[in-house]
Amino acid sequence: MTVAYPFNEIGSLDLHEAYREAQGKPGMLRVQLPHGEPAWLATRYADARLVLGDKRFSRAVAADHDEPRMQAGRLTGGILSMDPPGHTRLRTLVAKAFTVRRVEELRPRARHIAEDLLAEMVAGGPPADLVDKFALPLPVAVICELLGVPVADRSKFREWSDNVLSTSRLTAEEYQASREELRDYMRGLIATHREAPADDLMSALIDARDSADRLTELELIDLCVGILVAGHETTASQIPNFIVTLMDHPKAMTQLREDPDLIPGAVEELMRFVPLAAGASFPRYALEDVQVGDVLVQAGEPVIVAVGAANRDAVRFDDANDLHIDRPPAQHLGFGHGVHHCLGAALARMELQEALRTLLLGLPNLHTAGDIQWKTEMLVRGPVAMPVGW
Amino acid sequence: MTWQVSVDRVVCLGSGMCAALAPELFTLDDDYATPVTPDIEPNEVALDAADQCPAQAITVLENETVIGPRP
Repeated sequence: MTVAYPFNEIGSLDLHEAYREAQGKPGMLRVQLPHGEPAWLATRYADARLVLGDKRFSRAVAADHDEPRMQAGRLTGGILSMDPPGHTRLRTLVAKAFTVRRVEELRPRARHIAEDLLAEMVAGGPPADLVDKFALPLPVAVICELLGVPVADRSKFREWSDNVLSTSRLTAEEYQASREELRDYMRGLIATHREAPADDLMSALIDARDSADRLTELELIDLCVGILVAGHETTASQIPNFIVTLMDHPKAMTQLREDPDLIPGAVEELMRFVPLAAGASFPRYALEDVQVGDVLVQAGEPVIVAVGAANRDAVRFDDANDLHIDRPPAQHLGFGHGVHHCLGAALARMELQEALRTLLLGLPNLHTAGDIQWKTEMLVRGPVAMPVGW
Repeated sequence: MTWQVSVDRVVCLGSGMCAALAPELFTLDDDYATPVTPDIEPNEVALDAADQCPAQAITVLENETVIGPRP
């Protein structure tokens, strides 16, 4: 039997009961996404890690199939649609900009931006929209500076970027058209950087293309687009998601204010606890028959991985459905696993830590001041607008 | 000529990047990566893994000189 997917409901951050039911039964569910062929759904931690981390599963061959997906349009090209060694070649070019060491060098700057944004928000008086005044501009500013995109263009690329991650608003043609606009915008920036290189990642990537021919022009464009989009949407969603979650756990919130050294551990636990994705996507295709738990996945079949469910697998985590901000390090899958493990994980961690620190310490009375408006048609969940007072 | 590969378990984040990229060189036992064997034949993929490790936990040596991660 094939069941309709995704399960998660709009307007909350809860993990749908259907995931727990699936974890309680042997094997994997067969699910049908809004578009594409049916897929296996992995919900257990062990299955998730196997599918994401095993070379016998491919992202690249999805291009040859009617890939299960949320959008009518298809996100072809880009680093998430590739396998090693092509994937390795591109990722190596950018990995150095996102290592733990490099990211730590950016921390003082991120803290400064966060504190400035908070000061501006406070100066405007309550109530304020936490998303518009803080959660979105912080990661946008950081990724723009790192990549070499003018922050002032935010309103320009914001809509295109939203469209890339949108699930239902656009037809396949509109989706492609929006992607091309974003590519054109990036082509323009690349041309500017070619003439006047700067100390940023875009200039380094242009150099890798022009002096060493290590990537094609389209790969260069899509890599920059991918970094810009992935570099802010998820973090901008998780900042208010984490605040909402902590408001539901006032003891944890107080603990973090009293002992900010707990914040890095709390960010890991929140990454585990908050199911960010609206549903599993980006299917992995079996290149040969592979045993995944009780199921023999046949060569050519797709598997989607519900990371949010795997992160609440009671077999792997004690009190899996409870938030314990002092949980010992536990290798959650919030940043994925395997070759596609989030390129920007260290950057996201640092930004989330600095965002929580600034908000919790700077606003001891932070509270909601109206109804949260939730995203309704995005691959990631989170508030569109979140009125707060302090 | 052999290379020496090591993983610093204190900084390893268990991302699974190396084990997925080069299962012949790295395994993920439970939470941390370990080299399958510390001494390997020269292999470009070991340098790729060292470059890409998000924790920069992998070191590749040739004649006691660090060759990976690459500068």
